[in-house]
Amino acid sequence: MGFRWDLVWSSLPTLLQGAKLTVQLTSIAVFFGIILGTIAGITRISKSPLRLAAASYIDIIRGTPLLVQTFLIFYGLPSLISRPIPAYTAAVLALSINSGAYVGEIVRSGIQSIDKGQWEAASSLGLSGSQTMGLIILPQAFRRILPPLGNEFIALLKDSSLVSIIALEELVRKGQIIIGRTFRPFEVWLAVAIIYFVMTFIVSHLVNVVERKVTAA
Amino acid sequence: MKKLSALLLTAIVVLTIGSVALGQGVLKVATEAGFMPFEYVDAQTGELMGFDMDLIRAVGEVLGLEVQIDNIAWDGLIPALLNGNYDCLIAGITITPERQQAVDFSEPYFESVLTVVTKNGAEISGLDGLAGKIAAVQINTTGDFAASDLADAGELKSVSRYDTVADAMQAVIIGAADVVLIDLPVANAYLQANPAAPLHHVGPVADNEFYGIAVNKTNKALLEQINSALAELKANGTYEQIFQKWFGAN
Repeated sequence: MGFRWDLVWSSLPTLLQGAKLTVQLTSIAVFFGIILGTIAGITRISKSPLRLAAASYIDIIRGTPLLVQTFLIFYGLPSLISRPIPAYTAAVLALSINSGAYVGEIVRSGIQSIDKGQWEAASSLGLSGSQTMGLIILPQAFRRILPPLGNEFIALLKDSSLVSIIALEELVRKGQIIIGRTFRPFEVWLAVAIIYFVMTFIVSHLVNVVERKVTAA
Repeated sequence: MKKLSALLLTAIVVLTIGSVALGQGVLKVATEAGFMPFEYVDAQTGELMGFDMDLIRAVGEVLGLEVQIDNIAWDGLIPALLNGNYDCLIAGITITPERQQAVDFSEPYFESVLTVVTKNGAEISGLDGLAGKIAAVQINTTGDFAASDLADAGELKSVSRYDTVADAMQAVIIGAADVVLIDLPVANAYLQANPAAPLHHVGPVADNEFYGIAVNKTNKALLEQINSALAELKANGTYEQIFQKWFGAN
């Protein structure tokens, strides 16, 4: 029972198919997560009547497991709206909503880390509240929140493996399928781990590049 | 650093000795308790129940071994047997040539067959005419293998692989899939336990399959012991008693 490198290689095409779905799901969720999170983060510290809704959204999503959220959307929602939700849609929804809550907190902390003096300076120059937020505060906050945002995306890439429970064949599920037919868990899980590592390595490198660019600017 | 590794080493040694000592006179069994009536967790007592559970406890009694059963993920059963965490597996596991390459099986202890579960009102009567349909299965079961073959042949649109039988059934109920390919006795038990589920099954759809108790290939002695225990249980009527207890109505 030696280590069989040939099995690592022969698993790769199937695993990479799964990795493609992992990247797809994560990218879409990151996109919507940023939009949702920015809205939620800003609303939470605003004086808008919606700030309570934003705070509840962040607290509830951060306070419940992604696994449970996925089950609720995939198995629960269809009985409410009395039509099925495709697993792919359920996964994108669950991952985006989940990511949005974490990004929301990151955005909030980023905005609050900007010195109050900036608001006063902007208002003395005649800028409105939303102008100040969009032109002065957010660009500076963005620079500061890049590292935690990068962390969040790496976490999301790994957490996306959870949607395998609703039968989506992302990287982990592909690995399980191969193991069910070869009974060589070590080789297959090692290959899966290496692919995840390569993906997260690329993401953290990309975040570093963006970080250098915006700090230089 | 040296201290830490010494501590770790001690911990490993102690844990290993501990588990070896525990292993004396104990039959460590793994199952996946989502396969009623073969193995399931009793909702009230939390105990592992079912045909398989009674059978393996009877085997342990014949062999004079204390039976310890762990309920783990279906997907992890054979890997956990291969890495030595368990002595044997009993989980309604069909004996297949592929699995026989990885593990040894006891003599067959149960004859089963696949069926198709579908929504009431759906015009499905078997494995034919599933083109364009989505099958939900428990991952890496014979239902999964049969569905995968059909999908490869274009006689099925796609296969959705779930971790548990309950999840696969639920997928059909919510409309995420059209059929479940699953062992007939399990379909029966599910439908009996969930009378409100808008599902039915269409009867046997494939060749018969045989369940076996899986044992590590390096443990031929245990395999022989289990086989002789099974033979004894069949000879002395215990097997028949257990069978009647779970399938008596048939």
